[in-house]
Amino acid sequence: MQALLEVDHLTKIFTLGSMVSRVRITAVDNVSFHIKPAEIFALAGESGCGKSTTARIILGFEQPTSGAIVHKGKRDAQSKNKQVWFTEGIQAIFQDPFGTFNPLRTVDRYFFETIHSYKLAKNKAEAIERIDQKLKAVGLSYEEFAGRYPSEFSGGQLQRISIARALLTDPILMIADEPVSMVDASLRMSIVNLFKKLKDDFGVSVLYITHDLATAYYVSDRIAIMFRGNIVEEGSVEQVLMAPKHPYTKLLRESIPEIDPNLRWSQAVTLSDTEQEEYLRTGCKFAGRCPQVMNICKNVVPEDVYIDGVLVKCHLWTESGITPSIPVPMRKEPVD
Amino acid sequence: MNRLMIRTEQLKAFYVLDVHGDQTVVKAVNDVNLEIRENEVYGIAGESGCGKTTLLKALYGAVDPPLRLVGGKVYYFVDDQPLDITTLSAEEKRRLRWEYVSYVPQGSMSVFNPVIKLKETYRDFIASHVSGKTREEAFEIAKGHLKDLGLPVKILDAYPHQLSGGMRQRITIALAALLKPRMIICDEPTTALDVVVQRGVVQMLRDIQANLKNSIILVTHDMGVQANVADRIAIMYAGKIVEEATTETIFGNPVHPYTRYLIHSLPRFGDKTTRESAPGNPPSLSDLPSGCPFHPRCPFVLEICKQQMPGTYKLDHNQKVACWLVEERQDASSS
Repeated sequence: MQALLEVDHLTKIFTLGSMVSRVRITAVDNVSFHIKPAEIFALAGESGCGKSTTARIILGFEQPTSGAIVHKGKRDAQSKNKQVWFTEGIQAIFQDPFGTFNPLRTVDRYFFETIHSYKLAKNKAEAIERIDQKLKAVGLSYEEFAGRYPSEFSGGQLQRISIARALLTDPILMIADEPVSMVDASLRMSIVNLFKKLKDDFGVSVLYITHDLATAYYVSDRIAIMFRGNIVEEGSVEQVLMAPKHPYTKLLRESIPEIDPNLRWSQAVTLSDTEQEEYLRTGCKFAGRCPQVMNICKNVVPEDVYIDGVLVKCHLWTESGITPSIPVPMRKEPVD
Repeated sequence: MNRLMIRTEQLKAFYVLDVHGDQTVVKAVNDVNLEIRENEVYGIAGESGCGKTTLLKALYGAVDPPLRLVGGKVYYFVDDQPLDITTLSAEEKRRLRWEYVSYVPQGSMSVFNPVIKLKETYRDFIASHVSGKTREEAFEIAKGHLKDLGLPVKILDAYPHQLSGGMRQRITIALAALLKPRMIICDEPTTALDVVVQRGVVQMLRDIQANLKNSIILVTHDMGVQANVADRIAIMYAGKIVEEATTETIFGNPVHPYTRYLIHSLPRFGDKTTRESAPGNPPSLSDLPSGCPFHPRCPFVLEICKQQMPGTYKLDHNQKVACWLVEERQDASSS
């Protein structure tokens, strides 16, 4: 099975400061992953871990410093804006549903515009039929939506409208950057369930970018945990979230408040002083806060190793660290 | 039972907007009765636009136009004497603030003056509330206070922008606890923070409460944080408290259909069964449906729900529910 989208050793370096005092921040550091057809892949991490930058590079809003995006066997196609075939297959949904739409335009104009730009219908009747069909897929209809302004909808409805708009081109992959973080709690699951439905009914893959590990666990098949520009752990959600191997994933997982008053936190937690310090760290970037830190962690960047199909970037799991109870196979995961 | 700290009676706070003679009334707090006692964390949960923040403003006595107190009373119990704060003058309220009650508003990590060092903020603060302290004494108080809370003392020499959001949030909360107030009102203290930082802030709130044995009113929509901190939780919907109970009861035995949706829609680790959101959308506070505001979304809607707002029914374990279904059930069991 060929990967739908491959992110190949992507690196993005931002330069901060003036000519004299330059700081180079590696926002995305040698990140590789792939998304298979009909799967929900979550890219999770805290703010400033580089997950949104990765999404912006995939969508062609930023140019990578090095590395490439491979789609349908073509490299870096997204950076040339004229390549309609790329955006036709890959559509995006953003965090703020209120910011997605211009408040002075009716929402249906966005739909007609998309249909026009991608030449998806021959006449207006056909266009309306297509719009109605996509709106039905997200639980809305053309009648309740035509001619209305964004302010007449709730956040949850607007987010569903933007998903319907993305569906117009029959995409095979949706890039969803924090799609539920601004939606009310009581409506959040309806959006998340929609992604599941799109995957099951239409075979649409989703790159679900989020900081919310609980919904990531609920909806995704595979997950990658990012920390300060690196993917530190990647594998199936069951393996990564239910039995985390990397100390950072463990910390993250333990820091999610349990929805159960009997499972309150009992241990204290150390917080990072500043974000920049961690970005500039040589060696493992988590070394400053890691409870299991070793000398090697402070100087040497850990290799990626695969353990039971889970990628881990940590010295504890490489041969140089504490030997795990099971022998570590030093091999690259075969790309299927 | 612990001493009463604050009580409201039929509190109604509406935003009255007048645009070219077109009057809109936003019923943000509509008939709220609550009692909060000493040494408890009282959580208020609900989705955005349900009136949580407005309720806090009314509790704090910060009612400024277009917000108007339409009816009801808010009592503080200073030295066990009820004191109706809706009748107090600005100066009398100012004297209560920070010593009896302090308020950490939403987005409070941006409250610091960006051009002065934090020790100057601390000094300003101490000078305006504690008389007869020199600069050095104020500085000593600040240092000791930060040390007690496990925050680094060196931050006093920093400008606000040099610190992370989580650190600034913790300093704001520390500042609010400086004069050992009997009550701290926190509005979404952990929203917009990362999970690990959020955990640090929650940890600090719990420490402060354990030390001062005061009460904390905690507003957050994050049910995980509520589960971790609150002793009792009130669920707000469309300006009303629809259910109030101990944290264990709210999570273990929610009764109101809205609370049930809210609790059961939360994704949990190790459980991938389908979660359903409540159908429909939250109502607009300026155009509430008749009767119970949840009735258009409620799967168990009765005829009476469409016409009349239910009263509050008391169940076992101090659980209070505003729902007609409870009356039905009670009738059935008594007859």
